[in-house]
Amino acid sequence: MIQLTLTEVAASYGPRLVLNAISFNLQKGAVLVVQGQNGSGKSTLLRLLAGLQKPTTGTINYLLQDTNFTPREAAPFLGWVAPDLMLYRELTARENLKFFAQVRGLTYSKSEIDALLTKLGLAGRGDDWVAHFSSGMTQRLRYAYALFHQPLILLLDEPTVTLDEKGAALVANVIAEQRQRGITVIATNDPTELRFGDYILELSPAVERAR
Amino acid sequence: MKLLFTATWAVLSKDLRSELRTRYALNALLLFAVCTAVAVSMGVGFFGLRRDEEALLIQATLLWLALLFAALNGLSRSFVQEEERRTALALLLAAPSIAVYLGKFLFNLGLLAILDSVTSLLFISFVRVQIGNLALFIAFLATGSLCLTTATTLLAAIIAKASFKSGLFAVLAFPLIFPILIVAIQGTALALAGAPWSEGWPALRLLASYALATFVASLMLFRTVWET
Repeated sequence: MIQLTLTEVAASYGPRLVLNAISFNLQKGAVLVVQGQNGSGKSTLLRLLAGLQKPTTGTINYLLQDTNFTPREAAPFLGWVAPDLMLYRELTARENLKFFAQVRGLTYSKSEIDALLTKLGLAGRGDDWVAHFSSGMTQRLRYAYALFHQPLILLLDEPTVTLDEKGAALVANVIAEQRQRGITVIATNDPTELRFGDYILELSPAVERAR
Repeated sequence: MKLLFTATWAVLSKDLRSELRTRYALNALLLFAVCTAVAVSMGVGFFGLRRDEEALLIQATLLWLALLFAALNGLSRSFVQEEERRTALALLLAAPSIAVYLGKFLFNLGLLAILDSVTSLLFISFVRVQIGNLALFIAFLATGSLCLTTATTLLAAIIAKASFKSGLFAVLAFPLIFPILIVAIQGTALALAGAPWSEGWPALRLLASYALATFVASLMLFRTVWET
């Protein structure tokens, strides 16, 4: 059983309300696309789901393997890709993946890392410093970071930003695979990415909502 | 427990590897140590030739001031770097909080051990400090540095999230460090004078107790600081 439930979730930065009374329920296999203008709270919603900040009011609950988790507790089951997620530039791609596997307590082999890098279009670049990666390659490595532990919940903020056509196709594959494993939530401004979703959540800037 | 050990080792190894490649903290620490030792030797080097109680206390004070300012300059960097390079979020999502603290703590302890060795050698060479009881001197350096590390590692995590990092670190660290600094200076002066272990024990026990108390408090508080 995999389920994500939001109940009347609100978030604000100081006096400014960013999200207000967001409620939904997602089951295994679901893909939710959160759409809206800049400043409408898409990234904030994903940060709440990742446990990187707490909602002002309301609750977020993950039901994973028949146990309830808060977003912070669910961190081992989450994969997060976002423009503000940075990996260690002075380490190689392989060293980054090894490091994050070790701190997550995963057992891994060199061939598993190579397979993941190949799958994400980074074959032969595993021993290059991340500092020498292009922005598109860095985005692909973010996917490697998010997918290596096979997360039950995948949170994608601007999933195809900086990616070329092949990269965008790769994201479509990642989302298709995630349907078999768990839940995906995508935040995007790109109308072409609406096709990924079973459900669309349209957010409008809080100021407009208040009117 | 195995995950904690593995994750702690991973954080420590990652920080060591990053440091060896970037020399972000080590260069700053060592440069500070060399500059201080040279400046002190040119200013008050003649104190090294005197063996009276007052001169020994001044030598110990200068040594600890050099260590303190170098430590304040360098020990916050492992956390500040995570925030400035925006890698903190990736680490926060993947690693157990306690492992992050322990990894960074051990990294800072290692940095301070290098700083202790280099600064002491520089003081012995340039300031002509003579050590009466070497084992006691090393014991005071080790326990004093342990206190500095336990007190400053948690503070580093706090100030890493602030905008005025370096100034804030010194301001917050000073009241925490001040009491143990006095004990470490007086103990080191005893060691320089060649006092026996029995005279140094009370101060060493006090330093060890302080280190233990701040370490336990840091372990309890770190998760709140790191995850906020």
